Amino acid sequence: MNCRHLILEVSNYIDGEVDAALRQEIEEHLKDCPDCMVVVIQMKLTVEIFCDNQVVELPQDVRSRLHEALQRRIRNPGS
Amino acid sequence: MDLGASNIAALSAPNPHRLSSKVVREDEPVLVAAAKSGDAAAFEELVNRYERKIFRLTMNITRNREDAEDAMQDAFMKAYSHLNNFQEDSRFYTWLVRIAANEALMRLRKRRPNQFSLDEPVEGEDDLMPREIQDWGPSPEQRFAQSEMHKILDQVIDQLDPDFRTVFVLRDIEELSTEETAAALGISVPAVKSRLLRARLKLRQKLDRYMRDRKAN
Repeated sequence: MNCRHLILEVSNYIDGEVDAALRQEIEEHLKDCPDCMVVVIQMKLTVEIFCDNQVVELPQDVRSRLHEALQRRIRNPGS
Repeated sequence: MDLGASNIAALSAPNPHRLSSKVVREDEPVLVAAAKSGDAAAFEELVNRYERKIFRLTMNITRNREDAEDAMQDAFMKAYSHLNNFQEDSRFYTWLVRIAANEALMRLRKRRPNQFSLDEPVEGEDDLMPREIQDWGPSPEQRFAQSEMHKILDQVIDQLDPDFRTVFVLRDIEELSTEETAAALGISVPAVKSRLLRARLKLRQKLDRYMRDRKAN
């Protein structure tokens, strides 16, 4: 395991989608490589920050237009 | 950065958000069956349940409110019209996401044709290796006010190649599995994994600039 190999697997690793043998290799490498450790931690944090900050609201006018269009379609299924 | 062996292992774990129970309620198959047999109120209940998530999805892909609204509306209309084509061996929500993602991508391609190539996106390994790696320190996100963080994330995700952004949105924000994402976009599982890796590395790199600036101040 070298740094390049680890970077190619980092995404699968943080998702828990590597097999036991590869996981062990990765973790052995991480114990001795502070740079790769920082990248793994920061990638995990990046995903968490995006997940935690999703605040797209559905505006009321957009919702009203959706439901009006839906009502029209329900009344006139062929339109 | 010094983490013990047990803490290292904690870095690798299935995403707890990515559990279908968070998205799908038990009565969904009943509502879908009722909607299929012509119960409009049942379909409206499904719309009420998923409209916010579908709007978030179309906003995240198109990055444009007008396109996001059109894509969401057309997605629900198509879902209604083609409900009988829905095979109940998959989740209704996943089927809906697939329709909405395609509606959103169609509009994005029209608005930004130059951002899409006719070929698969270039996925070489040369640009993957992170450079100038620095620790962000403890609780880096807390150095930003929430509104400031939202603005930063908005800018950062906007700069991402649409092919990579779409995979990131489906996998990490909408919590689809790799296989569901592949099916939704009509690409292979290895292509999903490759694009997700690139998306996450690029987002990390772009966030890194903000984190370092704030750490320095």
